[in-house]
Amino acid sequence: MNALTQTWVRVGTLSDIPQRGARCVKNGDMSIAIFRTADDQVFALEDKCPHRNGPLSQGIVHDGCVTCPLHNWVISLETGAAQGADEGQTLSFPVRLDGDVIVLNLGVSK
Amino acid sequence: MTEKQKLVVIGNGMAPGRMLEHLFETAPDAYDVTIFNAEPRVNYDRIMLSPVLSGEKSFEDIIIHGDGWYIEHGVMLYKGHKVVEIDREAKTVRSEHGEVAAYDKLVIATGSAPFIIPVPGHKLPGVLTYRDLDDVDAMLVAAQSRGKAVVIGGGLLGLEAAAGLKERGMDVTVIHLMPSLMERQLDPAAGYLLEQELESRGIKVITKASTKQILGDSRVEGIELEDGTIIPATLVVMAVGIRPSAALAKDAGLSVNRGIVVSDHMQTSDPDIYSVGECVEVNGNVYGLVAPLYQMAEVAASHLAGDAGKRFVETSTATKLKVTGINLYSVGDFAEAEDREEIVLRDAAAGVYKRLVLKDNKILGVVLYGDTADGAWFFDHLKKKTDISEMRESLIFGQAYQGGSPMDPMAAVAALPDDAEICGCNGVCKGKITGAITSKGLTGLDEVRAHTKASASCGTCTGLVEQLLALTLGDAYNPAAVTPMCGCTELGHDDVRRLIKAKELKTIPAVMQELEWKTSCGCAKCRPALNYYLVCDWPDEYADDYQSRFINERVHANIQKDGTYSVVPRMWGGMTNSKELRAIADVVDKFDIPAVKCTGGMRIDMLGIKKEDLPAVWADLGKAGFVSGQAYAKGLRTVKTCVGTDWCRFGTQDSTGLGIKLEKFMWGSWTPAKLKLAVSGCPRNCAEATCKDIGVICVDSGYEIHFAGAAGLDIKGTEILGHVKTEDEVMEHVVALAQMYREQGRYLERIYKWAKRVGLDEIRRQIMDEPEKRKSYYDRFVFSQKFAQVDPWSERVSGKDKHEFNPMATLSLEAAE
Repeated sequence: MNALTQTWVRVGTLSDIPQRGARCVKNGDMSIAIFRTADDQVFALEDKCPHRNGPLSQGIVHDGCVTCPLHNWVISLETGAAQGADEGQTLSFPVRLDGDVIVLNLGVSK
Repeated sequence: MTEKQKLVVIGNGMAPGRMLEHLFETAPDAYDVTIFNAEPRVNYDRIMLSPVLSGEKSFEDIIIHGDGWYIEHGVMLYKGHKVVEIDREAKTVRSEHGEVAAYDKLVIATGSAPFIIPVPGHKLPGVLTYRDLDDVDAMLVAAQSRGKAVVIGGGLLGLEAAAGLKERGMDVTVIHLMPSLMERQLDPAAGYLLEQELESRGIKVITKASTKQILGDSRVEGIELEDGTIIPATLVVMAVGIRPSAALAKDAGLSVNRGIVVSDHMQTSDPDIYSVGECVEVNGNVYGLVAPLYQMAEVAASHLAGDAGKRFVETSTATKLKVTGINLYSVGDFAEAEDREEIVLRDAAAGVYKRLVLKDNKILGVVLYGDTADGAWFFDHLKKKTDISEMRESLIFGQAYQGGSPMDPMAAVAALPDDAEICGCNGVCKGKITGAITSKGLTGLDEVRAHTKASASCGTCTGLVEQLLALTLGDAYNPAAVTPMCGCTELGHDDVRRLIKAKELKTIPAVMQELEWKTSCGCAKCRPALNYYLVCDWPDEYADDYQSRFINERVHANIQKDGTYSVVPRMWGGMTNSKELRAIADVVDKFDIPAVKCTGGMRIDMLGIKKEDLPAVWADLGKAGFVSGQAYAKGLRTVKTCVGTDWCRFGTQDSTGLGIKLEKFMWGSWTPAKLKLAVSGCPRNCAEATCKDIGVICVDSGYEIHFAGAAGLDIKGTEILGHVKTEDEVMEHVVALAQMYREQGRYLERIYKWAKRVGLDEIRRQIMDEPEKRKSYYDRFVFSQKFAQVDPWSERVSGKDKHEFNPMATLSLEAAE
C-alpha cells in the first residue's frame, strides 16, 4: 500500500447546485465552497476570500471566476488566485464529476 | 536560513508604507515587521484628504494598504498605539498602552504636527488643524451646520481646506499673513490670479492679515484680527505650517535639529535607527511634499535590505493645488535677481499666466497658472539643464510650438523622452507607464493606476496618463467615448437600456448574444445591472435571475463582515405595536441574536443571524404579520413619517397615514439604486423629508413634493418637484416620478445623480405639466407592482431556494474511505 492516501469524498450531485452558483461543504471547522459554472464545470475553493475572509460561496459566479460579496475581489475558480491587480490566493481542492456525482478530494492524509 | 531580524516601525504614514513596499519587494524574508500607528487605522493617502473633504472621494478610495496587505506580509500592526519611549540600551520601544517590542532595526516615521499659533482662544472647541482623517471628519461635522468658517493660512493646505469647506456649503474666509497667496510656490502675479479665482467661487480672501485672538466662551464664535476686524465663525481651521515631530527621537538621545538628523542613507546618529518622512532633517533640509519622502523611503528600504548604493539627493519638486478647476503648477526657483531673465505670457481673457525664470539660457524656475499642460516639459528641461537658446523665441508657448507649426496635443506627449517624469508624487516616468501598458496589456486608466501607481495619488497627471494610453494603444483607446458598463462590453448603460427595449431582449443570454458581449457569462458588474433592466422593462415576461443578483437580494438579508446576516422587518411608516415588538423579542431570544438596533429609517435591525437560521427567523416573524423590509434592496426601502395631525399640535395633514399609503403602494418595487422616502406633517420637517430620494412636506394648502436629496456620501437638500392639493395627487405624482427614474436611471445611480444628468426642468415638465405622460408612468408602475409585490420571506419559508440556506454536505472524518 502507498503510505499516502488520496481522500476522495462524495459530497452531492450536480443538481444540488444552481448553475452559476455555489453550495458549501462543511469539513470540521473549514467550509469548502463547491461552484458550478454556466457550462457545468465544478470547482472547489475554501470559502474564504484572501482579502478579508469573505464567504466566496455567496458571490456572483461568472466565466471562470467568482466575485467576493464583501469587497468585490475577483477570484479564479480554478486556482483560487485573485485576478487583476489584487494579490492573494485561496486554497483550492481537486474536485471531479463522476457522472452526476460530485467527488471532492480533501488532499493527502498522512 | 538565518533567523529573521526584527524591524519595528513607529508611524504608519505614506513614507514608511512606501518603504515597506520596497523592502518586501527586494528582501521579502529579511525582517519580521511590527508597526505602531498612533492613528487607529490603516495606511492611507494623506495628500488625498482634500478630495475627501470636498466630497469627491471617500476614505475607502484613498486607502493605500488595506488590512489584507498587513496580513499578507505578516506585519503586526498596532492601530491606535502611540510609542512613548525608545530604550536604545535594551533595543525596545514601548507604547502608551504598555506594549513593548524589541527591535534589531528601528525606523522612526513620526511625521509632523501642524503648527498652532498660540493666540488667545486657540484651545476653544471648534478650532481645528488640517492634518489627518480625524480633522477631516471634524470639519465635515462642522460643515453640516452650513455656518461660517475661517481658514488661517493661505498656503497649499489652507486653500485646499477652504475650497473643500466651501464645496460642503460653508461660508469661508481665508486669512493670510503675507501679501499674496501661496507665496512660497507662486509669484505675486499668479497669487493674484488665484485670489481672483477663489473670490469668484465665493471664498473671501484677506491678505496681510494677522490674527489677534480667537473669540468665544465655550466654543468658537469668531476671530479678531490685529486691525480690530471681527469675523464671526463657528469653525476655525489653522493651516499655517507643520513642524517635524522629533520629540520621541530627542528623548532617546538622538541628534535632532529642526528634525531628526539623518545621513543620506537615512540613518540617524544611532546606526540601528533610521528615520523617514516629514520628521527628518537631511542635509539641513526638512521636506513636506510627497516626492522627496518617497525617495527617502526607497533609500531606507535598500539600506535595510543591505544595499548601500542608493543615497538621498535633493531634487526640485513641482507643486500642484488639488482644487478641482484650478490649474496651477510651480517648480524651481523663481525669485528675481540681477543675473536672471524672465519670459512672461499673460492672457487675461483666458486667465492664463506663465512665467519662466532663466539663467545662462537654462530654465531655473517655472510658474504656470490656468494652463499647466506644459509643466512636465518645462520641468524636464529644468532638470536636464537644457540650453534653450535655440527655442527661446517660442519657448513660453510650450512644447507644441517647437519645430514649426503647432502640433496636436498628443504630439507633445509623444515627444517626451522615456525618462521624463509623468507622476511627480510616485516618481513614475513615461517609459515605465508605456512599458506597463504594452507588457501587461493595460487598456484603461484604472489599470495603469493599479499597476504603476501613476496618477494614483494626487491625480493631477491623469490627463497625461490618458494621453499616454491613447498614444500607446492608438484607436483602441478612446477616453471621450461613452464609459462602457464594464469590461464585458463597449456599450454604456444608456445604450444597453435602449437596445433592450428596441430589440425586445428579454433574457440575459439574449442581451449578451445580441449585443455581442465579450465574455461568455458577464461579470459581477453587468449581470446585476442587466437583471434590473430586464425586471424593470419586462415585469410580466422576464424571469428574475437570482444568480445575477448580489447576495443580499438573493437571500433577502444583509450580509455582514463576518458572513452572518441582518434582518429588518417592514414597519409601515414606522408604526408598530406591542404584539410586533413581542414577536421580535421572542425571535431575538429564540435564535440568540447578538445585536438589535434601531435603523435610521425607523425600523428594527437584528444583526448576527446565521444564514441557516434565516428561514426559521422569517417564519416566526411572518406569524406576527411581518414582511421583509427590503433593507438590502436596490428598491423601495423605508417611508419615514412624523406623527402628523394624529398627535402633533403643529401637524397640517395626516403625514403618518400618507406615508403608510405610499409604502403599501410602492413596497417590493425594484429601482436602479435604493429609494428612501419621507413624509413630514408640517414645514418643521421632523421626518427629514428634505434630504430623501423623494420627500413630501405637508402644508395647510396641500403637499409639497420634493426629490433628489442625499444624505450619504454626498449631502444635498432636495429639489422641489411641485405643489399638489390632495393625497391622491401626491400618490400619482410620486409614483410617476419613481417610474420615470426606474426607466431611465443607470443601475446603482441614485435619484439625485439621475436628476442631475437628465435635468430638473425636464423631470418637472414631464411629471407636473404633462398629465398624460404622468398617467402612463403611473400605469406602468402599477402594472409592474402586480408581479413585484410578493413577500420574499414567506416565499422562502414555504421552501423556495432551499439550497441557498443549507450546506450541501457536512463531512465527518469517517466519511473518508
